[in-house]
Amino acid sequence: MSARLDRIGLVFVLLLAAAAIAVPALSLGVPESSPFSLPPYLVQLFGKYLCYAILAVALDLVWGYCGILSLGHGAFFALGGYAMGMYLMRQIGTRGVYADPILPDFMVFLNWKALPVAWWGFDWFPYAMLMVMLVPGLLALAFGWFAFRSRVTGVYLSIITQAMTFALYKEFFRNDFGFGGNNGLTDFKDLLGFSLQSASTKAALFSASAVALILAYATARAMIGSKYGKALTAVRDAESRMRFLGYRVETYKVTAFVVSAVMAGIGGALYVPQVGIINPSEFAPANSIEAAIWVAVGGRATLVGAAIGAIAVNFAKTWFTGVFPEFWLYGLGALFVLVTLFLPRGLLGLLLAPPRDKAPTPEPPALAVEEGADP
Amino acid sequence: MTLADTANPTLTSSILYLDGISVSFDGYKALRELSLVLQRGEMRAIIGPNGAGKTTMMDVITGKTRPDSGEAMFDGKYDLTRLDEADIATLGIGRKFQKPTVFENHTVEDNLLLAVKAPRGVRATLFGRAEPGVRATIDRILVTTRLQDHRARVAGSLSHGQKQWLEIGMLLAQDPKLLLVDEPVAGMTDAETAATAELLREIARTHSVVVVEHDMTFVRELGVKVTCLHEGAVLAEGTLDQVSAHPRVVEVYLGR
Repeated sequence: MSARLDRIGLVFVLLLAAAAIAVPALSLGVPESSPFSLPPYLVQLFGKYLCYAILAVALDLVWGYCGILSLGHGAFFALGGYAMGMYLMRQIGTRGVYADPILPDFMVFLNWKALPVAWWGFDWFPYAMLMVMLVPGLLALAFGWFAFRSRVTGVYLSIITQAMTFALYKEFFRNDFGFGGNNGLTDFKDLLGFSLQSASTKAALFSASAVALILAYATARAMIGSKYGKALTAVRDAESRMRFLGYRVETYKVTAFVVSAVMAGIGGALYVPQVGIINPSEFAPANSIEAAIWVAVGGRATLVGAAIGAIAVNFAKTWFTGVFPEFWLYGLGALFVLVTLFLPRGLLGLLLAPPRDKAPTPEPPALAVEEGADP
Repeated sequence: MTLADTANPTLTSSILYLDGISVSFDGYKALRELSLVLQRGEMRAIIGPNGAGKTTMMDVITGKTRPDSGEAMFDGKYDLTRLDEADIATLGIGRKFQKPTVFENHTVEDNLLLAVKAPRGVRATLFGRAEPGVRATIDRILVTTRLQDHRARVAGSLSHGQKQWLEIGMLLAQDPKLLLVDEPVAGMTDAETAATAELLREIARTHSVVVVEHDMTFVRELGVKVTCLHEGAVLAEGTLDQVSAHPRVVEVYLGR
């Protein structure tokens, strides 16, 4: 990673830290009549962008640096979100429509008598937070173990990641599965005793998201900077060479994939209390593809670019869907095509000087095709 | 056959022992009962027309391809047919590909760093500190491969010949017992070819080496025992002059 990119990263972290302080200050400390006052709905909107940025950084870690184009990362994000949603459901208690102290409303509605085992412990915050990380992490471990050990790469891998998120999408739709069916989980009241409706909770969630994004960036940056990171990029560029050097390529990929999934899960967990709902549509294959577009727009293999891409594209989406709602998907598609054609290194590529002393070809391959020793 | 009942002196004294190796792909027989023995410290040149099975043989030795039958032993005790690429590399077999394969986005130094013999596990590379002596090893290899002025350059920007040398340097950094080198001088100028021959002779002083090459001038410069493969089996073996005089070799490979 170039020194210049590191400086941009530092500026980005400082801006985030400043936002983590300034946004609550402007939202809570400035009277509403002032032109500098930030209405809570905007705080919430920005907080949501930051959660998407965490997902983008997670995806860039595996796609940008290891060539794994996961088109199922939305699933890890959604699983983290569901784990948080389950905690929030249990917090509702007797304030639900049916006022059952244990069972969430949808279970009473389905005439269930007891809490399913999967829901046990979710009233305890630390356990729920553990699950936020453990569930996506374990799914990534199992999925990655089989996929990478069988040497599934390139488009084939992308396709099965789509299948993974689509399978979960279908499964979570079913009422019998026990997570609220197509309605998902909603009507949340409070988090750790703080009302989700209050401006101060919204400001705190924004700051928490900013801090989580900083941590996600710092973790990914530390991994990339280590010898492990060099090996990971080497796997991306010449996988079979790494095998013949004695590296267990699949272990390197699985590690990155699991760390990335956990990061995505944390992003999802912060997202749910800010948007107030989690339902199966979060697993929709299109969501995961959109995340890949954010990364491509921002700039692959830059981490900061991925975060900027997520924020910029979602900002554009908010604006676009407000003005020309039916044209957003065309706009997104056009953006992707234009960036691929004219900005192969993404928005961040505009800030990065062309690398000196470098052949024109070695861009990170979009879809790493099996290279190497074939005669 | 187990090791206990192998009182075969050839097997125990050799670094590489291939016996009756057959490989077929969809009915095409790439190797037919190929046998080859390489002594410790020996350098051997392998020649043969396209499709003779040279690369497939390397694939079998390095674990990329499993043979249908036959025996492949390394260092007298390791059964190569049961191990995968990473295991075999760790045991001490290094391989240079036909097409130069270096990590194009990494600097020359990082290419060597990744190759230097050191723990290969995720934990070691993620949390470990640089091993002492790594820097000295890299410096030494940079001198051997004449790349000392290119340490900080991105490998993708090197010339073709420099990439070939960098890859040989990466092989040396692995410190293998056996090096497999596939067409090291393809696409090189005459001067580069001569320099590469010198480099390989130097390497052969302390390592066992198998070189696959088409360039007869180069093979002559190496001055080592030659094996000629044809249609997946050994056609002739001996000095280059003996092999070149073999009527079948002339017929199928060298031309009249």
